[in-house]
Amino acid sequence: MELRFLEVLRYADLLLWGALLSVVLATAAGVAGLLLGILCAEGQRLGHRGLTWAIRAYVEFIRNTPFLVQLFFVFFGLPSLGLRLDALSAALIALVLNIAAYFTEILRAGLEASPAGQAEAGRALGLRRWQIFLLVQLRPALAKVWPALVSQFVLVFLGSAVVSQISVEDLTFQGQFIQSRTFRAFEIYLVITLLYAGLAFALRRALLELGARLFPWQRRGA
Amino acid sequence: MRQFSDWQILTLLLGAAEATIWLSLVAFLGGGLLGLLLTLARVSERRALDLPAAGIIAAVQSVPLLMLIFLCFFGLPLLGLRVSPWLAACASLVLFAAAFLADIWRSAIQAVPKGQWEAGRALGLSFLQVFGLVVAPQALRLAIPPTVGFSVQVVKGTALTSIIGFVELTRAGTMLNNVTFRPFFVFALVALIYFALCFPLSLASRRLERKLARQ
Repeated sequence: MELRFLEVLRYADLLLWGALLSVVLATAAGVAGLLLGILCAEGQRLGHRGLTWAIRAYVEFIRNTPFLVQLFFVFFGLPSLGLRLDALSAALIALVLNIAAYFTEILRAGLEASPAGQAEAGRALGLRRWQIFLLVQLRPALAKVWPALVSQFVLVFLGSAVVSQISVEDLTFQGQFIQSRTFRAFEIYLVITLLYAGLAFALRRALLELGARLFPWQRRGA
Repeated sequence: MRQFSDWQILTLLLGAAEATIWLSLVAFLGGGLLGLLLTLARVSERRALDLPAAGIIAAVQSVPLLMLIFLCFFGLPLLGLRVSPWLAACASLVLFAAAFLADIWRSAIQAVPKGQWEAGRALGLSFLQVFGLVVAPQALRLAIPPTVGFSVQVVKGTALTSIIGFVELTRAGTMLNNVTFRPFFVFALVALIYFALCFPLSLASRRLERKLARQ
């Protein structure tokens, strides 16, 4: 057994671009997923039965099927309905739909934990409805569930490795390309695995730090 | 292009789902066994056991499952083993399940008051006796709901083994799509079969959790 890493490192620029795309893709999905998750979590609290049921069905369906199948469905299945998507858009849509379902569950728990008296206090102070929602309900809820959101985001970032299977040129895709050139499969995947671990660690730290800035009243590490 | 009736597609997919179920069972049971060893190492309070176990758990949890599968598929042959997709799929999923189960079980064990350990040891029981007779039965109650919940992750994780060519539900879906050109129908069916496998497990996990919360 003989390992050769130098051949792999000749392709360092490809790895860098791949890593960048992986991080950007996951981050874009995370931001869009957070917005969609907030909409869904709040939609469930409106008390409209049909809407609540539709959101529950969406959340359960996403949470109980593999992301890879969701990705294939969006990329291969939707065009037959006349919706043509390039690989990158399909990956982004699938990631957003996936992450939003998990965020909905987490955010709902956070929103439910805020006492009704707070919203009433906000109204008594003369705040407008959107002010009450954003400042009195959403912000404390986000603060409470931020660590759970970060964990889920990191899981989705790691799970995004499969978008390489529809030819999105992410970190894993570059790995498969380099492997096809060098036949050094184990070395290249070891390097990529370490890159994923490093990126996951850095993303987690950065986001927890962001949480500490956004919600300074929340005890750190809680 | 070959013609398949809807019924034929469904039966072929259900046949492939059998491989998904088998792989899930092997991964869950094998992962449970390895996970139990890791859990024991973590709660043993011996650094020589605790540190490597913690390292393995953290390493597996911070890399993509797909990379774990690739490393097993391409790495084990370097050790002179002949590796089929089935073997690589089993090995990587066992490792994956073990790391997450060990974490779930360790936190359940830590929720058991420390005095229970000490009382057991004071009565002259060995570490394994205290663990098996005193702590594990109490921790089990706490551990069952998240363990059942994690089995959903295992079933979903098996889909990734399609990428190294193991023929299970997702792979069968891709292959059928290639010959029938009916992606919407095929992948919708594939998703529905996964849902039928996973949703009951999710429901059971939630029921058990609620039951536990009431006690």
